[in-house]
Amino acid sequence: MVKIMAVVTTEKESVGGGAPLFYARDKEEMQELAHLLEKLLNAAAHQLNEHSFLIVYRG
Amino acid sequence: MNAAWLLVHPDMAGVTIGTAFGVTTRYVMLRSDYRQYPAYPHGWIIHMALGLIAGALGAVAVPALLNKNYTAITFLAMAAQQFRDVRNMERNTLNALDDQELVRRGSAYIEGIAVVFEGRNYLSIFAAFLTSLVVSLAGWAAGVAAGLVCLAAVYRFRKGKTIADVARVEFAPVRVEGPNVLVGDVYMMNVGLDENRDIIAKQGMGFVLTPKNDDAKVTLANLGQRQAILHDVSTRLGVYRDDGEPALLPLAKLGLATGKLGLLFLPRELDPQKALRAVVSVPLLESAVRKPVEANRRAQEEAVRDG
Repeated sequence: MVKIMAVVTTEKESVGGGAPLFYARDKEEMQELAHLLEKLLNAAAHQLNEHSFLIVYRG
Repeated sequence: MNAAWLLVHPDMAGVTIGTAFGVTTRYVMLRSDYRQYPAYPHGWIIHMALGLIAGALGAVAVPALLNKNYTAITFLAMAAQQFRDVRNMERNTLNALDDQELVRRGSAYIEGIAVVFEGRNYLSIFAAFLTSLVVSLAGWAAGVAAGLVCLAAVYRFRKGKTIADVARVEFAPVRVEGPNVLVGDVYMMNVGLDENRDIIAKQGMGFVLTPKNDDAKVTLANLGQRQAILHDVSTRLGVYRDDGEPALLPLAKLGLATGKLGLLFLPRELDPQKALRAVVSVPLLESAVRKPVEANRRAQEEAVRDG
């Protein structure tokens, strides 16, 4: 089962919906947030586009 | 009691020589399992003890039958039950251990190993039975010769087919293009974090397996076979990952258009030649082998014949 655990983005208007959203000021912060979430959630960070990361858990 | 006593009691000679060859057969076949299975002494003792029982059962069956004691054959049925339990035991142990592996064996590989353990006990019974039969019919010298032939046959056939028989294995560069990771021209996965991309670019090692025929295509596509390759190579070369790092998992992906299998490893030891040898010598799982080509051809021939 693939589950989206979180979304990290620098573009607030491009995301929304049920998964927890994390807003980053710039790309560096986005990488950092995605790194932390990856380790915390035991999940993999995937890049959706220039501005957004998905943290995905495959259980 | 000495060797001469045995010679004047042909039944006992048959049982003794048969049992001895049964156990030896099991011993010969147990040695090749070390790669697939941890070689701890107690596991070895269990299988040698079961091999002794298998050998004794096979050997005793012959004098029992020759003395027209046909109910003795039911003993063999009991033995079959016993050895089915061996398969269960191996399956349970390996399944329990699989949760602790960084790269899992996968259920197909475990099933394959368990089946081999059961099957080899039957081979022991068969070798013992044959040896004992020849001793009873033609004397101990002929029996020993028959036993040696059995041993040679088992030794020759104990190794099954490997990946080298179904696929051409080639190195392929690992390319990290933005978030996309490719091995050769097979797309593997999307990696988000820069640090993971760096690790994959630095530690990653790629192979492309080209199936040799259409049957091999089906075999390589089998998920169990793919997991077995990943597990075996990771065992032999180490693995650059830890629990809770799903982004750094070794992967096998199919190039859908070509049927080629792309493999991405993150080995501890970056030795391409060793890695190549490891991939080539991964055993072919019985459960993954299919022969669709032959079946389709036969169906076609029948259709033509029937008009």
